[in-house]
Amino acid sequence: MLGNLTLDALPHDPIAGGGAAMVVGGGLTIVIALFVTKRWTWLWKEWLTSLDPKRIGIMYLIVALAMLLRGFADALMIRTQQALASGDAAGILTSDHFQQVFSAHGTIMIFFVAMGLIFGIINLILPLQLGSRDVAFPFLNSVSFWLFIAGFILINASLVIGEFSAAGWLAYPPLSGIEYSPGVGVDYWIWALQISGIGSLLSGINFMVTIFKMRAPGMTLMKMPIFAWSVLCSMSLVAFAFPILTVTLTLLSLDRLLGMHFFTSDMGGNPMMYINLIWAWGHPEVYILVLPAFGIFSEIVATFSSKRLFGYASMVWALGAITVLSFIVWLHHFFTMGAGANVNAFFGIMTAVIAIPTGVKIFNWLFTMYGGRIRFTTPMLWFMGFVVTFTLGGVTGVLMSVPAIDFQVHNSLFLIAHFHTMIIGGVVFGFFAGFTYWFPKIFGFKLNERLGVYAFWLWLIGFLMAFVPLYILGLMGATRRLDHYDASLGWQGLFVVAGIGVLVLGLGVLCQIAQLVVSIRQRNQNRDTTGDPWGGRTLEWATPSPAPIYNFAQVPEVTSRDAFWMMKERQRGASAPRKSFSPITIPNNSSLGVAIGMLSFLIGFGLIWHIFWLACVGIVGIIIVILIRTTGDEDETELSAVEVERIDAAARHETRKKRA
Amino acid sequence: MLHSKKRFRLRRRYKILISLFAGCVIVSVMAFALQNAHFPVFDTAGEVANKQRDLIIFTSILSLVIIVPVFGLLFGIAWRFRATNTKAKYRPNWDHSRVAETIWWGLPGLLIVFLSVIIWTSSHELDPYRPLTNNKPAVTVQVVSLQWKWLFIYPDQKIASVNVVQFPEDTPVNFVITADSPMNSFWIPQLGGQVYAMNGMTTKLHLIADRTGNFRGSSANLSGEGFAGMKFTARSTSEQDFENWVTKNQTAQTLDWAKYEELAKPSKDQPESVYALNDSGLYDKVIEKYMSEHSSTKMKSGHAN
Repeated sequence: MLGNLTLDALPHDPIAGGGAAMVVGGGLTIVIALFVTKRWTWLWKEWLTSLDPKRIGIMYLIVALAMLLRGFADALMIRTQQALASGDAAGILTSDHFQQVFSAHGTIMIFFVAMGLIFGIINLILPLQLGSRDVAFPFLNSVSFWLFIAGFILINASLVIGEFSAAGWLAYPPLSGIEYSPGVGVDYWIWALQISGIGSLLSGINFMVTIFKMRAPGMTLMKMPIFAWSVLCSMSLVAFAFPILTVTLTLLSLDRLLGMHFFTSDMGGNPMMYINLIWAWGHPEVYILVLPAFGIFSEIVATFSSKRLFGYASMVWALGAITVLSFIVWLHHFFTMGAGANVNAFFGIMTAVIAIPTGVKIFNWLFTMYGGRIRFTTPMLWFMGFVVTFTLGGVTGVLMSVPAIDFQVHNSLFLIAHFHTMIIGGVVFGFFAGFTYWFPKIFGFKLNERLGVYAFWLWLIGFLMAFVPLYILGLMGATRRLDHYDASLGWQGLFVVAGIGVLVLGLGVLCQIAQLVVSIRQRNQNRDTTGDPWGGRTLEWATPSPAPIYNFAQVPEVTSRDAFWMMKERQRGASAPRKSFSPITIPNNSSLGVAIGMLSFLIGFGLIWHIFWLACVGIVGIIIVILIRTTGDEDETELSAVEVERIDAAARHETRKKRA
Repeated sequence: MLHSKKRFRLRRRYKILISLFAGCVIVSVMAFALQNAHFPVFDTAGEVANKQRDLIIFTSILSLVIIVPVFGLLFGIAWRFRATNTKAKYRPNWDHSRVAETIWWGLPGLLIVFLSVIIWTSSHELDPYRPLTNNKPAVTVQVVSLQWKWLFIYPDQKIASVNVVQFPEDTPVNFVITADSPMNSFWIPQLGGQVYAMNGMTTKLHLIADRTGNFRGSSANLSGEGFAGMKFTARSTSEQDFENWVTKNQTAQTLDWAKYEELAKPSKDQPESVYALNDSGLYDKVIEKYMSEHSSTKMKSGHAN
């Protein structure tokens, strides 16, 4: 009845038990809080079933930030273990548990933090920037989010029931095969990624169509804000790369579940094929994350320099070049697998070539600042920090693109330091910049500036202290994923420094939590009454903050780039011409997205524990839900012109009152 | 007004002092941590690793061509065009320059063309599959990664060893590498960079030591629970010492297929040991384990639970 699931699946040792207690305790706290405040209906109607991309975006951010804390706790454990386990000292974790922790750290940070943050920001900002009222497929958007949640529940369930994969974040076979990993850990990894990955693919298609079909009248592709361009490039990477992931994970699970031989060492299977496939997805994935960050920085630099973005066309071409190139460099993740010199050299050169468009982007940003009036707000500080770290990361990346050099640093901590420089310095800094920048648009008030500045410096210093020692350790021959090492190697000092670095970084995180709390308490002082708190240039600043449900009461008309800036220039002195209002249709809430997510969770859970009837329930359930959705009607509500005028007046009246 | 300006200056002075202090603390902690630091990638002991080291240093210096101007421009422009500096000319609509953009597509492009030449030539010159030649005949060592130790087989000398590999200095060593375990990576940083060890397949690595000494080797790729203990000693000795070691080993306990299967069982932090080789086809048998059609017995037993 319960497949392989027995009571043995519950955690035994204190640290694993602590993790489980935190998941269960956290879940219970939320449930109790909802009971006490009687907020169930509110949560269900206003949030969980909402098809408003702004609501969905906020939910993505909340989940991703919660997962950031979990991934950060994993990082603390990794650093503690490596700082302690020198010589005979055992540290705090067993080998197997340590390997689960770093596998979870990588998986969580990429799939549930970085992807969540990126999709959150895109949901919140992309339709607004395009002058659009919604995404192309609002219901599909909700399905994507709930598939992401299903993956999120699975990966957290692994803390309580069973175990997680100990095969690293990309689970290379044969280690991840049934022979060497007979437990459920790898299955949790597969199904958490498979389900959330399908969600990502649907989001990718959704946002691509949104960009192609939903732009405001007059906004040609070459008049789009550069963030929208970066999203277009990133989402086309999603559309091309995620199917590879889906297939690869399917084949791996067929090996594990049905004893097939795609990636096994014997019976004609070939693990090298898995490694090729997973990186054919994995390398574009890096750019899926970093391209939107490039877009965010482009908006921020132009806004805070009060100047047009320099070299717009160059920027678009650079994005396009990176998009194409990111598909022909995957082999640089395994120069050491013994491909011939010609193959290695080709992929090495392609990798180095990516440095050209990336460099062009950096120079364009710098010359956007040139001739501007630069305001050093927190988003701008994150940008400055990003240029410093990203340049260093880029240079170490170019070093590793030389195959002969890669042989000496591959799989060492030098590599670990390199990709953390790119992902923290690029994606995470980019997200923090964008979050601070767009926060008033999303919530209607600005974040506390001083705590933001403290957080930036703590992050930057903590980051350097945590990762510069890893570069050095890599050159000292320290390989990644070691749960202990000989004392005679002299590595411990640097591991301790790296550990302190993570603590400093943790202080930065605390500052950010404090920043949120303080900002919410002082929201009335920091209210954004104009809808345009920074002197913005793009359309999202043309509507009140927070944006009303329909985004724009009147669809803006676009004649040039920096559409909102041009409107402000034209209207200087004269008041805006009022147009008449017309009715707006908005999609109704739907609980079917939630249902699909939860049924997918049942499929995943059933397949992990070999409870096949449960998986069947999930599959049949999803088919029924899809039938209900496709045959149902009345899934839209029309807001009458009068009502739109009322909502608009309320948003603007409040605006005027606050200003006075 | 004056008062607040003074307070502002004071606060600024404190900030500078605090950052200077923090900087000093970080630098001294790093200096302390780097006492007795040893960099095998730079303290090299053979032709391959020497060239790789030179390449690392050369490419790092080359990258300064990018780092220095980027950092210079970043801080220079940020300072010059800060909002409070009204002397700097504000040009809100200056958004492109064909000359400037050509420069930063072109110059990095030229740099990458130059780097590509280096990548191409060094990939061939330092191809791990390219045999090294000098006046001495090469020693062949067959390497098998096991859970979680390294087995070294000397087919010509009829000996084998676990977690220690010995060879004469100034003599090319041909490593022929496979695995009977999850994938590992075979790495002796002081002699040169790594190649993967995979089940049912052979990869190759050609190294040479230009002096005697004990060099640390390890697995660089996660291969399961005992992975962190998968280290070995690469011992480069005089020719005479190598001969002596070989002769001594030929009278050690013998390694045949039965003994191999026992050795291949998972074990952690295995001590060094030596064997006389009884079965010269051992390495091929390890590979054939994964090649025959009826080889999946282990797999089935693993799946049955």
